[in-house]
Formats: sequence, structure tokens, C-alpha cells
Amino acid sequence: MADISPDILRGRRPSRRLWTGLLVAAVILALLAAAPLMPPSWRAVPDALRWPLSDWIAAGMNWLARDAAIAGVHFATVTRALATAAQWPIEALQVVLAKGWVHGAGFNKVQIAPPLSWLGVTLATALLAWRISGPGLGAMTLLAGLYLALFGLWTSAMTTLASVLLCVLAALVLGLAIGIRAHRSPGMEPAVRAVMNVMQTVPIFSYLLPTLLLFGYGPSAALFATVVYALPPMVHATVLALRSVPAETLELARMTGCSRRQTLWRVELPVALPRLAIGLNQVVMMTLNMVIIASMIGAGGLGYDVLRALRRLDFGAGFEAGMGIVALAVVLDRLTQAAARNQSVGRRRLWSRRDGLILLALLAVPTGLSLVLPALAVWPKALSLTSAPFWNAAVSFINQHFYDPLEAIRTFMLLKVMNPFRDALAALPWPIAVVLLALAGWRLGGWRVGAGIAAMAMFVVVTGYWLPATGSVYLTVLAVLVALAVGMPFGIWISARKRWHQGVQLALDTLQTLPTLVYLLPAVMLFRNGDFSALIAITSYAVAPAIRYGMDAMAHVPSERVEAAAMCGCSKWQTFRHVRLPAALPTLLLGVNQTVMMALSMLVIAALVGTRELGQVVFTALSQGQPGPGITAGLCVACIALIADALLKSGAARAARHQGEAHA
Amino acid sequence: MPDTPASRPVAISAEGVWKVFGTDASAFRNRPPEARTPEAMARDRLVGAVRDAGFQIGRGEVFVIMGLSGSGKSTLLRCLTRLIEPSEGRILFDGQDILSLGEKPLAALRRKRMGMVFQHFALLPNRTVLGNIAFPLEMQGMDRDRAEARARELAEVVGLTGREHRFPAELSGGQQQRVGIARSLATDPEFWFLDEPFSALDPLIRADLQAEVQRLQREHTRTTIFVTHDLDEAIRLADRVAIMESGRIVQIGTPEELVTRPATDYVRRFVAKVPPARVIRVASLMTPAHEAAAGEQVSADATIAEIAPKIVAQGGPLCVLDARGRPVGSLDRQVALQTLAAVSCIPVPVAEHRGDQAR
Repeated sequence: MADISPDILRGRRPSRRLWTGLLVAAVILALLAAAPLMPPSWRAVPDALRWPLSDWIAAGMNWLARDAAIAGVHFATVTRALATAAQWPIEALQVVLAKGWVHGAGFNKVQIAPPLSWLGVTLATALLAWRISGPGLGAMTLLAGLYLALFGLWTSAMTTLASVLLCVLAALVLGLAIGIRAHRSPGMEPAVRAVMNVMQTVPIFSYLLPTLLLFGYGPSAALFATVVYALPPMVHATVLALRSVPAETLELARMTGCSRRQTLWRVELPVALPRLAIGLNQVVMMTLNMVIIASMIGAGGLGYDVLRALRRLDFGAGFEAGMGIVALAVVLDRLTQAAARNQSVGRRRLWSRRDGLILLALLAVPTGLSLVLPALAVWPKALSLTSAPFWNAAVSFINQHFYDPLEAIRTFMLLKVMNPFRDALAALPWPIAVVLLALAGWRLGGWRVGAGIAAMAMFVVVTGYWLPATGSVYLTVLAVLVALAVGMPFGIWISARKRWHQGVQLALDTLQTLPTLVYLLPAVMLFRNGDFSALIAITSYAVAPAIRYGMDAMAHVPSERVEAAAMCGCSKWQTFRHVRLPAALPTLLLGVNQTVMMALSMLVIAALVGTRELGQVVFTALSQGQPGPGITAGLCVACIALIADALLKSGAARAARHQGEAHA
Repeated sequence: MPDTPASRPVAISAEGVWKVFGTDASAFRNRPPEARTPEAMARDRLVGAVRDAGFQIGRGEVFVIMGLSGSGKSTLLRCLTRLIEPSEGRILFDGQDILSLGEKPLAALRRKRMGMVFQHFALLPNRTVLGNIAFPLEMQGMDRDRAEARARELAEVVGLTGREHRFPAELSGGQQQRVGIARSLATDPEFWFLDEPFSALDPLIRADLQAEVQRLQREHTRTTIFVTHDLDEAIRLADRVAIMESGRIVQIGTPEELVTRPATDYVRRFVAKVPPARVIRVASLMTPAHEAAAGEQVSADATIAEIAPKIVAQGGPLCVLDARGRPVGSLDRQVALQTLAAVSCIPVPVAEHRGDQAR
């Protein structure tokens, strides 16, 4: 009998695409080989091309911070006044949560009123968690609170929490206001979206610098930086949520003769609430992340504990404080998620007036008792638990006994993989790189995308950060490759195993809630400072979306197609190769995009362990107080992110068109 | 073409209503008639969603706008309520042109005198059944207790007693639309707009709710504009039907007129499958007479299908009575039986089928 299975199923079709790919690779390799022959101005950007943007920014910032004046009032005076004004609510919250009301300083210090007792806050939050989610989250909250108190992290944690609460409130109000305005005037929306996109891709540190100059060192500068950083997702969520209100519902508002205000408050916002709540969750998590980072400019709290420990190389203490951040992050995340879920399944009576009274009693009684029993106000140091010596011992144990294999891995990676790749990228002449990028953009998304990419690439060139930018690309590409190589197959593999889904989802959720700083700790503990630690930290941070999208993509393959393949007698591999994979491709590409974005946002944090790229430029500029290079390099990172985003999104859209689906 | 209601005072009247997408109203008004043909407009990339619609709706009449998707029926309904601003034309409610109303009087008109039921219910997910029904009342500033009392009444009217405190997500589709109906009637409106209210529901529920609408209409007659793509629904509910094809109203008439005298081939193909007995009324088949015939009595207004049991049971002619119960004629049993047995009034022209395939 003749073999009737079509060639396509056996993958024997001589692929034109393969040849094109090989050709492109060959051209790039040839260009690399020919690089030494090219004019030197193609390798190092000539000064004539340079655009002294960083000097301008420096001058501009200086002018803004020193000389700028509106109607005789110095701009800096205004910002300092704002900073002082912002100091008040921060102080007030910290008095309530962390410090208590203290009069005088030093030996004359008299405590007039204690802060809320740790026991009270823990019990009250646990009650809240129990009511809005269930006993599981209640118990988890209780444990987190006890951990923070018993390990002596309570005061730091409350300082962090106070900042987070305040920033979330500010970001919420501002984000809602901007989002509502953007939604109402369609002309404004694209502009807002463009600004927000850039704001989200500029690395965290870049925000810190101008705020530092304008608002001075201290918690209120941190507050402003954090609010600016956490604003975009709230604006985005508000616009999306309002847009998701069905047209019919708006017609209902008009048919019942609602005024504009009634429409907004009685119809649009309530209907959009579930989506807004999801936005709130994001804002809370981003705020926490930023508050931790902002401890570098005086926000204090748990982030400061971690930084201090990192500087002293006291990994144990750092790890403990890091776990404190994790505890805080997980509780905040689960609480806001549960609240969002309650919103979307229809409100039920979860909270009675009696609960409110119990909550107040839980807060008041231990706080009152703490006047008599100081251990309820601050857990005594003598009784504090600590695991720091254990972790330190563990690290030295590993370093003593596994030094050789660890070092071998590190050296091999550095010498055989990372350095050669870095050098190759650095050797690629910039005109050719720009042209190749633009061509890729043009092929994937048309001339607009190509032109946009070329413009952004040229920005990096003319601002003079081409070389450090190749360093950033090298670290990001390697980290993304590793994360994809590990994450996507794992995600695809796990997607077929329904029983494990929930556990993996929970683990991924937790991984993604952790503030970025936490990821550095284990890497540095095992591999010391340097590129390899950075690679590990970035990879571990970026692996979560790779896994998640891998799972998602496979889960959304239309079951009809799989059934059709089964009825055609496809083998498992054939079904995967010719049915599942093509259908999943658009989502997988979006996953790649997300992985790249995560890697880029981690890149700058990884500068703390001593990398040599744009992140380091930003970080150094921050520590030396140079706004010019700091902001310019930050914008360069944003350009890289936007280029990657444009390329991958166009690719995903193309793949989706091929599949005839509305994925992208 | 009868585009005025028989023997009813006019409640709503529309004249030369156009809705054109792709240009602003003033630019469209300046177009001469010859530039308003579909071809001429397509050349300028204009889409005529509603083209020159004109009709009058009588007080208490159920006026059904019917057409396939994209025919402009929902747009026409929204022009009548000014949810969509017509490009041109006049729309009179009791003689008052609503297109000239400012924002406030329009809102007042909608609040007090109009009620609307939506295709996808448009319930507010954060409010209970009572909260949803009371919503229009609260928006008028009625105090909560009174609004809630009224909402309770309406929940009972539409058969939602016992579910007053459920949220929409906890109701079935049919129950959700019952809430939508109750809400649209909360302010006791004169004009009742229903935009494909049952097309998102499954057939059994749909039949229930159609009966519900008929019952509500019997209990309290309202001027009703009902949009549907379902001919069966149109015939069941309508006093008169307007059939729309690509933005234009091609025929307005009672179901019987549509079936027996279709104005265009398009209408003919539409109504071809309707059993004549469902739409043809006794009055159309009877022989007028002044004295009462011997047989069983039937109403002149009833359809043949409705009186089928009597036709079958009867040996001779039936006695036809008018609305006041006076004898007006007799119905020949043979003629009635033929109508009852007929599958279709009109044979479908063969050419039409070919044309369909060619398209």
C-alpha cells in the first residue's frame, strides 16, 4: 500500500524558511568576521555623531533644582515644600504603625503613646484575611506576622508597610483621576499610553535620581518616586476597566437619564470595579518592590535591612530580612487578590458590623496592654529568634565543600559562553546592527515599526551608550535564552498534567510577587559578585513568565484541532509539532516578550552585584548624584525594551494572523 | 404601503430619518438626493445604516422592526431614543420633535416616559435584583424606601419573588432578562423599547418571555417598539411589522399583509415559510353577513390557527363576531380548512434561488 501520509506531516518539506534563516545567520557571521576591516568609526561611535543629551539633562536638572522659578518662587522651594508636606502623613502613619508617639530625643526620650501592638495588628489582619478569603489566608497572615515580630523585623516591616499604604493610596487616587480623564477624551488616550509605556520601561533607579535632587534624601523623596513608578499600571488598569464597561450598560445610563456624575459613580466605576481591583493588586505589588528599592534614598524599612546586610556580606541577616519582604509581599498580594476575586464573583456579605468591633478590640486591647507589658509593643531583642548564623554557616559550608564544582561552573560559563558572546556583540559594528534591527522590524511589522526601531536604536548610538548597551543586550539575551530553555519546556510539559497546575500556579504567583532585590541574595551567596551571579538572578526572575506562558499557550490550543489530529491518526509528536505548537506560537511569542521585559527590569537591580552595562551606568550615576548619565542611560534601557517589545509583538501578531486567531 | 396605524392616535412619528456613518450630519444634509444612492455613498466611503425611514406608530401599538443582522434595525431603534444621533430627519413623540430637545429635557423624557430592554440585559453586577430594578427610580432622586417598594412590586409582576436579593451573576439568563424587563417598567413608561431582548436566550425561555411580554401588554397597553431578527417572534407579538433590508424599510404591514402581499422578493423569501393559518385572520376569509349564522362563534380578529379546533369540530360554516360581539359574517369551513392545510401562501420563485447562489 502506498504511503499516503502527506510530506508535511513528516516534516520533510524542504523549507525555504530554513534557508532564509541560514542565510541571515551566515551574513551576520560574515559581518562579524569582517568587523576588523570596517572603518573604526563603525565600531566606536565618532564624537561628531554624539548628541550631548546627558549634559543637557544634567544642566536642565541643575537649573530645575537651583534656579528655576515661577513668579519669583524657586521651583526647588516648591518641591522641598511638597516633600515636607508629604512628610506629615508618612510620619503620622509611622507613629501609628512603627514608632509610637515619642517626645524628645536621646536620653530625654519619653514615649507618650505606644505604636499599635504587633500582636494586635497581626490578629486584626488575620481576621480581615479570614473574612475576605478564608481560614487558609488567615493562618498564613498570622504566621507572617509572627515571623516578622519574633525575628525582630517588625519595626522595619511596619515602616515599609506605612510607605506602601501611603503610596498605594496616592497612586490609586491619581491613577484613577488620570485614567478617567484619559478615558473620557479619546484624543488624550494615545498620548497618555505612550508616556505610560516609556515610564514602565525606564528602570527603577532612573526615577530615584530626579526625585533625590528635587525632594532631597528621605522617605518623602522615596514616596514621590514610588508613586510615579506605580502610577502607570493604575492608569492603564483604569482605562482598560472603564473601556470594558459594555456599551449597552452605558446606554442604560443614558436611557435612565443619569447625569455625568451619576454615570461615573453609579454605573461605570461599580461595573469596572473587578478590573480596577486587579489593577490595585498590581499597584500594591509594584509599590512594595519600589519601596524596597527606594530604601537606597532613605525610605528605610526592610529594604534598608537587606541592603545593609548585602554591604556587610552578612547573608544570613540579608536572607532573614529578605524572607520578611517575602512574607509581607505574599500577604499583601493574596489579600488584594482575594478582594479582587470577591468583587468579580458578586459581592457577598463578608463583613458584619460585629467583625468591625472585634477588629477594633483586637487592635486596642494588645496596644493598651503593651503599656504594662512592653513585649507587646516591641518584641524584646533578647527573645528574638534569628536564623542568620545558620544561613551564614550554610553558605560557608557550601563554599567550603562545593567550592570547586561551583567555581568550575562559574568559570566555564564566564570564559566559554558569556565573555565570547559579550565580545562578539561589542564587536558588531553599530551601523550594521541598526540596519539589521530596522530590517527585522520592517519585515515583521511594516515600515512604521522599522522606522521606530531605527530611531530608538539611533538614540542609543547618539547618546553615546552603544557599548554599555551591547553589555545590557548580552546579559538580557543570555538570561532570556536560559529562562526560555528552562521555563517554556517545563510549562509545556506541566500543561498536560492537570493535577500539578494549581501547585505550579501558586509557586509562580509567589515567585512573581517577590521584590526584585530578594533574587540577588541566593545568587550572591553562592557565586559572589559578578556577571554570573547577575545572570542567575535575572534568569530566576524571568523564568516565571516563561513557564506561565508555556502553560497558557498549550492550554488554549483549540481542542477541536487536537481531536481532528487524533482522528487523522497523528502520533503524539506529530500532534505537538504540527497542531499544538503552531496554534500556541502567538501566545508563546508573547511569553518571550514578557520574559524579555522581566529580564530588563531585573537588569538594573543586578547592577548591585557589579555588572558592566547600562544598569551599572544608572546605578553609578545614582550613587554619585549625576542626573545626566543616570537618566540618559535609563532612557537607553527603555529604548532596548521598546525595541524588543516592538519586534516580538509584531512577530506574535504575524504568527496570530497565520493562525487566524485573535491572540495578540 | 400602509405606514400609518389603523384606527389609533399617532404616538410616534418618524419622517425621512437617515443615519450615515463616515461623515458629520451637516455635511450629509448638503448632499443632493442623487448623491444618496447606495453606490454614490459607497464611493465616498459612507455607510447608510438607516436610509430615509418614515413611519407612524399608534398609541398602544406593538411595532416590530425586523431585519437580519446589519440591516440597521438596532440603529433605527437607537435613533428613535437618540442614543444615536440621526444624521437627518424628524422624530416626533406626541408631536414634539425630540431631535430639537436639549440635554436636560431629553434626559427628563427618557427618565419619565421611556423604558428600554437590552439584548445582553445590561444589568449592573454590583446591585441585587431589587437594586437593579430600583436603579432608574434612584437616578430620578426617589428615596430608597419608596424605590425599593416599587421594585418589589415589579419583581412580583415578572415572577422574581423570592430572588429579590440575588445578584445578577446568581441568576439564569431568562431570570436576568426578567430583571431587565422589570427595570424598564419601573418608571411606568409610555414608550417601551425592546432591542432584541430574547435573542441571547434559548428557545424555551424565549417563548416564556414572549408570553410574558404579551401578558404585560394586555395588562397595561404601552406603545412598544420591538426589534428582532426572528420572524416567528415578530408575527407572534406585532400589531405591525417593519421589515428592513440594508438600512431601508422595505415594507410595513400587519403580519397578514406581509405574508399575503409581500412588497418585494426579499420580503417574499422571508415570509415564504410562514404557515398562512398563523397570520391570516378570520375577517379576511369571511363572507360578510348581517344576521348570525348557525355555527359556532369565532372572533373576526382571531387567526385561523387560533380557531383550528372549532373549524375541525364544526360541520358547517362558523359565525363571525366583531370585537363588540355583533355578528358580522360567516366563515366557510372548506375555505378555512384549505388555509389551515396550506404550507405557504406564495410559491418561492425559482429564479430567486439561483440569484441567491450566484451572490
